[in-house]
Amino acid sequence: MNSNSVSADNIRRLIIETAAECGEAAHIGGSLSMVELLNILFGSVLRHRPAEPNWPDRDVFILSKGHAVLGYFAVLHAYGYFDREKLRTFQTNGSDLIAHPVKKYDLGIESSNGSLGQGLSFGLGMAIGMTKRQQDRRVYVLLGDGECNEGSVWETAALAGERGVSNLVAVIDENGFRNDGENSMYTRGPVIADVWRAFNWNVIEVDGHDTAQIETAFAAAHKCQEQPTAIVAKTIKGRGVSFMEANNDWHHNRITSKTLDEIIAELDG
Amino acid sequence: MIEINKRNASMWSRIGIRAFYGQALSGIAAENPNVMAVSADLGRSSGLDRFSKEYPDQFLNSGIAEQNMVGVSAGLARMGFDVFASTFAPFASMRASEQVRMNMGYMHEPVKLVALGSGLAMGFLGNSHYGLEDLAVMRAIPGLTIISPADCAEVYKTLEACVGFEHPVYIRLTGAVSCPVVYTEDYAFEIGKAVWLREAQKITIISAGTTVGHCLKAAAALEEDGMNVGLLNMHTVKPLDHEAIAHAVQTSDTIFVVDEHTRIGGLGSAITDHIVEHHNMGVRLFCHGIDDRYVETGNYPFLLQKNGLDAAGIEAFIRTKLAL
Repeated sequence: MNSNSVSADNIRRLIIETAAECGEAAHIGGSLSMVELLNILFGSVLRHRPAEPNWPDRDVFILSKGHAVLGYFAVLHAYGYFDREKLRTFQTNGSDLIAHPVKKYDLGIESSNGSLGQGLSFGLGMAIGMTKRQQDRRVYVLLGDGECNEGSVWETAALAGERGVSNLVAVIDENGFRNDGENSMYTRGPVIADVWRAFNWNVIEVDGHDTAQIETAFAAAHKCQEQPTAIVAKTIKGRGVSFMEANNDWHHNRITSKTLDEIIAELDG
Repeated sequence: MIEINKRNASMWSRIGIRAFYGQALSGIAAENPNVMAVSADLGRSSGLDRFSKEYPDQFLNSGIAEQNMVGVSAGLARMGFDVFASTFAPFASMRASEQVRMNMGYMHEPVKLVALGSGLAMGFLGNSHYGLEDLAVMRAIPGLTIISPADCAEVYKTLEACVGFEHPVYIRLTGAVSCPVVYTEDYAFEIGKAVWLREAQKITIISAGTTVGHCLKAAAALEEDGMNVGLLNMHTVKPLDHEAIAHAVQTSDTIFVVDEHTRIGGLGSAITDHIVEHHNMGVRLFCHGIDDRYVETGNYPFLLQKNGLDAAGIEAFIRTKLAL
């Protein structure tokens, strides 16, 4: 139904160009870290119809780490939910495409996010509801490892684990950073994958930039009938642009025309 | 379907508002498999025991996790279920207020959030469990409808009206056992349409929640003294019934707003804001509520008496203000 016709490089380029076009600071690092995860989700995992966004049998994707919305919008555009002109309205006055997702089915946006730690509980409710309605549909929620500092994430993790809600998949973009720097909660504290395991989730650890590993993980999640699945993906914040990689100055920053030229030269190279 | 009559009303009053809520919802669920009850582990404290046993597929315990309860309920509501999610008022309105804002406000998912034991109803459990600021917090969230039923019959009417209602609602349940009965026969209940229990007079009281019953008694006592007092049950606190307020303003010299809530941001504030903005202030307006402090603790009747919110206290407040 869908295919990975879109390249990760192309999505990265869209992210960079759109950030530059809007002329405002945008969440670039966290958008670049999740590109492969989203590309595979929209390319070959999610059952969805961009030309029919309200298709009743569709799977649901929720970007719980809502600030990384630029990467999400780039993917929605790349898969045909809206055109390049629409993407160009990102962070312009009055646009639907602002710095966090705002529910708008026609654009393929199922949920309003931005306040961290809320997407998973909404997704769990939908997943339970789908099963009650005897619908063969699944909910995929993408969270950041920084977002997993929020206690509300673990309230939901516990309930989903208790109930074994197997049509719920959490994808953790573990880029290791949060706003102020290193996410020390899971480097000096518990290992994040272990925490999900402790809540009775089917945990699959992958390299979040390795296409084959990600595809295998989603396939395994699909097969798991007893537990919700957490795909903990180690990623590099700012992935794809050498000076942005693991450089938290690019958590939220503005791309000038000079910087854009450098980046494009690198991406083209 | 239940019958509102004197006998039933009196029996429900003995059961109390919270237990009645669970019973009433069970009755509604029996006729409507689309209804779901979600509780943050307070099923036994809200009459949902029977519900959970009789309709296990329609019941979900979210754990002692109110934020999760609201998010999960919103997801279920998105899937088209009529979701009634309940916990004590401060936990519903304040512990989970941002989840309410994002899910029920911003996304407008039509969850019915039932705030148990609001006002002073939790008695000896103390201020941690009182719902004295919940209206202020919930009123500020765009898109929420807020209903505060006057007695058990109106709790039923509210639940019935909420099934299939496509908007999010905060249902504020004040009162405990033996609350005054307001309705002994069936009546027309419509969300957003206040009910005149006593026709508007030169002196008119506007109230909501179980305080309405105490106001009814106070009005009867004043009548014995030759004072004719009107009483408006503003069961829907948001959106206010502007037409009913206009009628009160046109008819009355003096309006009292009585509210089991801090005077900051409750029904009194809502009505004052509206009258000041939309009417010529040819009317005296007095708001009677709870002082801006954590109150002394005791049983519910003691608390109502201490805060002047039982019939005698309301009557005294009115007499004092009229003497000014």
